[in-house]
Amino acid sequence: MPNLGIEVLFKGSNMLRLLGGLWVSLRISLIAVGFSILLGIPLGILMTVNSKIIKAFTRLYLEVVRVMPQMVLLFIVFFGTTRIFGWNLNAEIASVIVFSFWGTAEMADLVRGAFISIPKHQYESARALGMNSPAIFTVVILPQTVRRLLPLSINLVTRMIKTTSLVMMIGVVEVLKVGQQIIEANRTSSPNAAFGVYGTVFLLYFIGCWPISMLSKYLEKRWSNA
Amino acid sequence: MHKEEIIKISHITKRYEENAILEDFSLSVYEGEVVVIVGPSGCGKSTILRIMNGLEPIQKGEVTYRGEKVDGKLGSITRIREKVGMVFQSYELFPHKTILQNIMLAPVLVQKRDKKEVKEEALQLLNRVGLLEKKDSYPRQLSGGQKQRVAIVRALCMHPEVLLFDEVTAALDPEMVREVLEVLLSLAKEGKTMVIVTHEMSFAKAVADRVIFLDGGHLEEEGTPAEFFEHPKTERAKQFLNTFTYDKVERE
Repeated sequence: MPNLGIEVLFKGSNMLRLLGGLWVSLRISLIAVGFSILLGIPLGILMTVNSKIIKAFTRLYLEVVRVMPQMVLLFIVFFGTTRIFGWNLNAEIASVIVFSFWGTAEMADLVRGAFISIPKHQYESARALGMNSPAIFTVVILPQTVRRLLPLSINLVTRMIKTTSLVMMIGVVEVLKVGQQIIEANRTSSPNAAFGVYGTVFLLYFIGCWPISMLSKYLEKRWSNA
Repeated sequence: MHKEEIIKISHITKRYEENAILEDFSLSVYEGEVVVIVGPSGCGKSTILRIMNGLEPIQKGEVTYRGEKVDGKLGSITRIREKVGMVFQSYELFPHKTILQNIMLAPVLVQKRDKKEVKEEALQLLNRVGLLEKKDSYPRQLSGGQKQRVAIVRALCMHPEVLLFDEVTAALDPEMVREVLEVLLSLAKEGKTMVIVTHEMSFAKAVADRVIFLDGGHLEEEGTPAEFFEHPKTERAKQFLNTFTYDKVERE
């Protein structure tokens, strides 16, 4: 049986360092998710307003985010701002900015979609029962919107966690970068470390994303009525 | 001999963009009366009900409920809607709430009635329409006819003075139409004031005190069911009623 290069993980504090890297990945994505939710919900509600100007702006924003690879955004924010404005952004902060910029757009679009998917008749039947607008919004519309939204936004979270593997390109030492460092450092003593280390990184991503993805499936099933 | 006037529509005009949906239309609904509105699709029948409930703005004329102006923009509208119940073609139960919660929501939230008392009444009404065992189900677990019966109970539980039924059987499979119409018939027997828009002519004949025939936004003909269905006066009404009968095919 070939050497799988797993022994490297037990050298020194390598395993702990990998876990530390995973924490960096999760930290960046979770902070960015927080901002995305905070900014994306009001923006999404704004997008349901019938105004040409608002529609044009939000559309432009959404298209920019969709068309531009996240890596390019990272480079612009991290390297670009240094040259133009002379900022010396911390790489992790630059990552959070880019991920929030991206997440806010996606979140807003999900919120907008969830709101407009509630049939007009739901508003009318609530109105016909004598309910006023605040009551209709909080008791009838919002709960249904949240149910439609939650599984989708959880998917966004897992996508964000996965995409954090890009941030090593601007020097953030996250789980993948730590893995590379470990492989490099043990190039001569354990030439097969690439398999063991990247395999472990794969498992770590899996451990990070799988429970979240299961939660989304569970909620989707439970709320399939709404 | 007429009783008190509950809803009065006087000379209203309703336009949607350029098209006139209703033109100088008037109608009064009296206490304890069952008014059935019939007519071809797109003649404005449903619009009349929606206007009675302040769901549709009008361009001219006035609608009143017991002398009070019905206008979706006025604050008084929620109070009027408590008294003017409406049931829609697509039932529109709230999908995230159980049957019992659907029924209890507005009486508790809007009318601030005692939860226990509302629940008792809701269960009684559910029992009456034969759906007591469904009280903890969700709308998606019910058939169309069952959902529509729940929607009727939901409207009834508000203790409305008038009930508006907007083609409540139009979305149902034929075998479910009857179970819903039976509920309406029993309400009529109780003397409830109702305005019903329907395509079920034999039901209209059975339930109506007065039939309104509408065509192209105008009141074409009005009369008792016996007059209207047996001896329609206008050419248009004759044509309309003929669309519901078929001649026997004669084979050569």
